[in-house]
Amino acid sequence: MHETYSVEMRQIVKHFGSVIANDHVDFHAKRGQIHALLGENGAGKSTMMCMLSGVYRPTSGDILLHGELAKIKSPKDAMRHGIGMVFQNFRLVQTLTAAENIILGEKSSFWRGSKWLNNKQQEIEALAQQFGLTFPVNRKVWQLSVGEQQRVEIVKTLYRGANIIILDEPTSVLTPGEAEQLFETLRHMKSEGKTVILTTHKLKEVMAVSDHISVMRKGKLIHSIESTATDERELAKLMVGKVISESHPHLPREKGERLLDVREVDVFAEQGRKSLDRISLHVNEGEIVGVAGVAGNGQKELAEMLTGSKVWKRGSITFNGNPLRNGSVRAAIEAGIAHVPENRMRSGLAGSLGIVDNLLFKSYRLPARSRLGILRISKNRAWSEDLVKQFDVRTSSLDTPVQQLSGGNQQKLLFAREINQQPLLMIAVHPTQGLDVGATQGVHRLLGDLRDNGKSVLLISEDLDEVIQLSDRILVIFNGQIVAELSREQADSEKIGMYMAGLRAAEEVAG
Amino acid sequence: MSEHEPVTQKDGVISIPPLRGQRKWKWQSYRIEIDTAKNGATWWLPFVSVLLALLVCGIFIAANGMNPFPVYKKMFTGAFGTAYGLTETLVKTIPLLLCGLGVAIAYRISVWNIGAEGQFAAGAMAATAVTIYFPNMPGMLIIPTMIVFSIAAGGIWGLLTAIPRTYFQVNELVTSLMLNYVALLALDYFVFGPWKDPEGMNFPGTKVFTASQSLPVLGDTRLHLGLIFGLIAIVLYGFFIKYTRAGYELRLIGASPEAAKQAGIRISRHILLVMLISGGLAGLAGMAEVSGVTHRLMYGISPGYGYTAIIVAWLAKLHPVGLIVSSFLFGGLIVGGFSVQTIGLPSSISEMLQGAILFFLIAGGTLSKFRLRKIR
Repeated sequence: MHETYSVEMRQIVKHFGSVIANDHVDFHAKRGQIHALLGENGAGKSTMMCMLSGVYRPTSGDILLHGELAKIKSPKDAMRHGIGMVFQNFRLVQTLTAAENIILGEKSSFWRGSKWLNNKQQEIEALAQQFGLTFPVNRKVWQLSVGEQQRVEIVKTLYRGANIIILDEPTSVLTPGEAEQLFETLRHMKSEGKTVILTTHKLKEVMAVSDHISVMRKGKLIHSIESTATDERELAKLMVGKVISESHPHLPREKGERLLDVREVDVFAEQGRKSLDRISLHVNEGEIVGVAGVAGNGQKELAEMLTGSKVWKRGSITFNGNPLRNGSVRAAIEAGIAHVPENRMRSGLAGSLGIVDNLLFKSYRLPARSRLGILRISKNRAWSEDLVKQFDVRTSSLDTPVQQLSGGNQQKLLFAREINQQPLLMIAVHPTQGLDVGATQGVHRLLGDLRDNGKSVLLISEDLDEVIQLSDRILVIFNGQIVAELSREQADSEKIGMYMAGLRAAEEVAG
Repeated sequence: MSEHEPVTQKDGVISIPPLRGQRKWKWQSYRIEIDTAKNGATWWLPFVSVLLALLVCGIFIAANGMNPFPVYKKMFTGAFGTAYGLTETLVKTIPLLLCGLGVAIAYRISVWNIGAEGQFAAGAMAATAVTIYFPNMPGMLIIPTMIVFSIAAGGIWGLLTAIPRTYFQVNELVTSLMLNYVALLALDYFVFGPWKDPEGMNFPGTKVFTASQSLPVLGDTRLHLGLIFGLIAIVLYGFFIKYTRAGYELRLIGASPEAAKQAGIRISRHILLVMLISGGLAGLAGMAEVSGVTHRLMYGISPGYGYTAIIVAWLAKLHPVGLIVSSFLFGGLIVGGFSVQTIGLPSSISEMLQGAILFFLIAGGTLSKFRLRKIR
C-alpha cells in the first residue's frame, strides 16, 4: 500500500495579492502513470503545475519528489530534478530550427561545428522515434504546424532528461487526429516509466488516456480517484459543483418576434481550425439568451462575429429582418447591436482618454454628436454629464482618464454608452468578470431592464450561476456548436454541466 | 529571472518580488513595481532630460579641457542673446517645427515615420521643379503653386511608406528610412546633373530663385514667411485633433487600437491619411527652406532637419504648444553649436546634446513606469 509517489505536493497554498489561487491542496502522482488534473478555467490547475515546474513558488506547503523534500525555486531547479513542462503557449524561438530549439541552452560544447550538430540531430531524431514523435528536425519552428511545435516541446523536455512531464491543456490547440497521436505518445512515455501529468477540462480525453484523476474547483482539490472507478457523469458533477440558483423576480414575457437568426455559419481560427462549426441559433425580441460553455469552445468567436470584428464563412446571419454585413463593425453598430466586450480595458474603453471621449465611441458619427466633421464639444459634454448621472458613474470629473475609475464604474460607463445607443440586441461577454457583489447586481439589473423594455440580450458567460439566473433560454456551446437548448424551467446546473463537457449530444429543443 | 520569483500581474499592476535573501539590508525592503495602467511620463520629464543631457555633455566638454559653463553660456548667447542670433534661431526653427509636427502626427497613432528627411527633400525638389519648368509663371501664382507641389510631393513620399505598411504589413521604420536615401540621392542627381546652374561655376546647385520665387523676409534678416506657415499648421493641428471627427478617431487609435476597432474605425485607412499629412508637412518645410533661406536647391540642403524633428516631437510629447517650444530650443541648439566653433569646439557638440536629450527622454519614459515601494 505504501508506495512512494514520484510527485507529492503537500498543503500547497498560493496567493496572488489578495486572491487565493490554491487553498491547501494535496496532490500526488505515481511513476508510470498518466495523471489528469481536471477543472474549469480558473480552478487553479495551471497554478499548481507552475509551482511544480518552478515558475511560481508556493506561499506555503512542501513539494516532495520521489519521497524527498525538494526545493524548487526556478525552472532551472525543476529541470535539474527532472521536471519538464509543456506550456499551453509554446516557449519556442520561431526563427530557429526544431533541433536548435531543443539544444538551446545546452552547455556541453563550446565549439558547435556541423559534425557536432549532425550528431545532435541524429540523437534527437532517435529520441523522438522512441516515443513515436515525428517532426522535421531541420525545419524552422515558424514553418511547423501547431501539433508539430508541441512535439518539439515534448522532445525538448525529454532531451533534457525529464522523467516527470507536465502538459498544460495540451489538446486545446490540436485537431482530434493530432490529439489521438499525442495520447499515443503519452502512453509510450508511461510505459518508459515516466510520470505524466496533464491539466485539462475535457472529460472525454481524461477518460480516454488517464490512469488517475484529480478534480479541482475554485482553488481546492476536491476529489482524487482512479479513472476505472469513476465515469464522466460523476466527473462533470464534481467539476461544475452544485449551483444554487437564487430566485429573482423574472416576469414571464410574451414571445417576441425573431430578432437574430444565425444559420449554419462557420468561423475559422488562425491555424485553419474551425472555431465555430455550422453553428445555428436565434434570439427573439425581449429575451435574454444565455450561452454557457467551457472557455475556448467558440464563445469569443461568436461574439466577435456578431459584432463585426470576425468574418464568417458560409451560412447566413439575419438581423432585424435584414442580412447582417459580414465583418463590418460599423454595420453592426448601425444595425443596433451593442457590445460589452470580454476585456473592458483592452477593447471596451481607451484607458488614457477621459469620460467624454469614451462615451463618444459609437455615437460620434451621429448628427447629434458632430456636424460636418466637427465635434459638438459643449453639447457632448452636457450629454456625457447626463449619462454619468443617469448611470451613477462615480468620477471626480469628466476629464478623468477612465483607467483611474474602479472596475464597477468602468463597466457602468461602458453600459451607459452601449445602452444609450438604443440597441436592439446587446451582446454581453463575461459582463461581471472581476466585479464585486454590488457592481455585479448593478450589471444584472441593467441587463434585466433591457429585457423588460423589449430589447434582447445575448449573455455569454463562464459563470453558470449567472447564466441560469438571468436567462430566459440557455444555449450550451461545445466545440463550436450549440449542443443543447434549454428553457428557463428546464435549466439545471448538472444537466448543463454534462452538455458543457460534451457528454450529451444535442437532443432537446425548448419551445 | 531564475534567481527570483516571477513577475506576477494583477489588475494591470505588475509587481516584481524582491531578490532572494531579502530584508538583510534596508534597501532590500523595497520592491519595484511596474504600473502598466500608466503610460507616458510626467510633465517634468522633458525638463529633467534636458538638464541631464547638459550635465553629461558637460563632462565631455570638460574632458576636452574646457570649462562647460562658459561653453554653454556662449551657446546660449549665440542662439538667443543677440537679435541676429535670435532670427537665425527662428530660421532653423521653421523646418524643425514643420517636420516635427509631421512626425508627431504619425507618432500619435504609433506609425513610426522616420522619413521626414526624405519627405523634406521631396518637397524641396518639387518646389524647385516649379521654378525650373515654369520660369515665366505670373508672380502671384508662383509661391502658391510651389506650396501645393511641395506638399503633394512630400505626401506622396509619405504614402510610399504608408501603402506597404497598410496593405502588406511592411515595417514603416525600414521603408521610411530607406526612402530618405532615395530622396537625398535623387536630389544629388538633380543638382549635379540636369538642374545644375550652367553659370554656377560648377557649384552643385540650381539657378538662384528670382524675387517672386522667394518667400518674403523680415527686414534685412533671413527670417522668412515660413514661420507663419509653421504657426498656422500648429493651430490647424490643435484644432484638428481636439475638435474634428477625424481627430477624435486619431486620438482613439493612439490611446487604444483595440478599442478603436470596436468603435468601427478602420485603422489602416487612417495610416494612409496620417502619412499623407505627415509627409505633406515635411514637404512644405522643404519648400520653405529652398524658397526662404537658400533660394536655390543645392547639395546638402538639409543638415538633418528630418532626423532632429524626431527628437523635437518627442521632447514636445507630441503636444502642439510643446512643439513650438522644443523646435525653438533645437533651432537654438544648432545655432549655438555654430557659435562655439569660434572657441575651438566642434559644432557637433549640439548633435551630441540632441542625442543625449533623446536618450534621457526615452529612458525616462520607460523608467517612470516603475515605482519603488516599501514592503511592510
